[in-house]
Amino acid sequence: MLEKENRIKPGRKILQTIIFNIFRFSAIINGAALVIVIGFLISKGWRAINWTFLTQMPVDSMTKGGILPCIVGTLIISVGSIAIALPIGVASAIYLNEYARPGRLVRFLRLGINNLAGVPSVVFGLFGLSLFVVWLGFGVSIISGCLTLAAMTLPVIIGTAEEALRSVPNIYREASLGLGATKWQTIYRVVLPAALPGILTGAILGISRTAGETAPIMFTAAVFYTPSLPSSIFDKIMALPYHIYVLATAGTDIQATRPLQYGTALVLIALVLGLNLIAIIYRTRLRRRR
Amino acid sequence: MDNCLKMCTKKLNFYYGESQALHEICLNFYANQVTALIGPSGCGKSTILRCLNRMNDLIPYSRVDGQVILDGEDIYDPDIDVVTLRSRIGMVFQKPNPFPKSIFENVAYGLRVKGIKDRAFIEERVENSIKRAALWDEVKDRINESALGLSGGQQQRLCIARAMAVEPEVLLMDEPASALDPIATQKIEELINELKKLYTIIIVTHNMQQAARISDITAFFYLGSLIEVDETEKIFTRPTLKQTSDYITGRFG
Repeated sequence: MLEKENRIKPGRKILQTIIFNIFRFSAIINGAALVIVIGFLISKGWRAINWTFLTQMPVDSMTKGGILPCIVGTLIISVGSIAIALPIGVASAIYLNEYARPGRLVRFLRLGINNLAGVPSVVFGLFGLSLFVVWLGFGVSIISGCLTLAAMTLPVIIGTAEEALRSVPNIYREASLGLGATKWQTIYRVVLPAALPGILTGAILGISRTAGETAPIMFTAAVFYTPSLPSSIFDKIMALPYHIYVLATAGTDIQATRPLQYGTALVLIALVLGLNLIAIIYRTRLRRRR
Repeated sequence: MDNCLKMCTKKLNFYYGESQALHEICLNFYANQVTALIGPSGCGKSTILRCLNRMNDLIPYSRVDGQVILDGEDIYDPDIDVVTLRSRIGMVFQKPNPFPKSIFENVAYGLRVKGIKDRAFIEERVENSIKRAALWDEVKDRINESALGLSGGQQQRLCIARAMAVEPEVLLMDEPASALDPIATQKIEELINELKKLYTIIIVTHNMQQAARISDITAFFYLGSLIEVDETEKIFTRPTLKQTSDYITGRFG
């Protein structure tokens, strides 16, 4: 009698199998989408990738040559914008998480930060255009682009930094204060070092996101063509995402440059994926250490 | 009792927001004695411990009414520097909480935040503190490795060493052995017996047998009030109040 009750009813087993496979299929679709996109880009663009492509300036109205200025421009602007956003973002996160007393000011700040995260990137581009390019007079330049992108990434940095700070157990703070440390000493010597890995992971992911942004840099930093590599922060730059747009829509010979477009897209994806991979590996190694 | 008075509370009341957690506590702590605070859960013993080094200041919406006197001075006086106070009164927590730093840096932390830079001095003080915590032999070969690699009992002894490195006058211990196995517990208890020669120790414990083993004076709390306080031997053999004897014999709590 008992034996029969212990066996799984056949109906339930079939249902389980169906549902497990639905979940499995969904996960596979996820991975497959990424593979398909990358596969598509590789198949269309691999022919354009060679040493010249990656290290030379474009020639012949950009139908030949390389995309070096685009690679350099994208790197400068993504690293530059994080270099501005990171200190401000971490400082804000420290204020919100460690010092601020619950009240109207804090709620207002948080509301502002959350809403900032939802503003479309093209609106940021317009904002950067009016404030940095025109009003402050920086013109279309690296500094305008970096500042615009920094404003855009700020909510993300604040979010990840706050999460990293929150994940530091309170008992560390109590132990530090109990030993006669001031609040700032506690933050500087215990909380920040413990939160740093999480903050850095957020920064790397922030870089990988800003690398692919087109709208904010269209009005503020990127141009169709620069004759040479940038030498000051007031120079204009070329950028990978903008270059794809330019070649595909407004270039002098769209058909001829098609392989270059895919090649550029491939380089951009490789850059973004590479940065994400670094962030993921770093985060995994940290988790294992804890 | 001829011992001099190190700390005492005078009509101490404590409020978490609207609710009152401590009622008119008047309690004396004598130098170089171990005072145990016992009582059922929620009776306020951890609360009063945290009042003694003003750790409760960290809790928003909390309020203190009354006085806590250390060497004749009220520690809640607005002119008192809390930071200095906390280096005179050390605290060991229930769950061992070493920083995610090396063993050496953990013990040196209290000295570094004071601004001490003399390397030789720090090294000497760290070594002495760890030796006093009966931990030196176990860690001397890995003093620069992470403290998180130690066992629970070792970590707790490290926290005690860390608290001692700043040479406090009073040591507050909040159930220091409750998270440890019996052997580690025994080591901590032996340590406390040694340490009372140097410090005034106030220990909160859930374990009545522990209180009976290591303390000189025991104070029994219930629902935020001090019910009875006396020499440990008397409390456990001839308590004055029925409530005390009921708790001791396990009739409640």
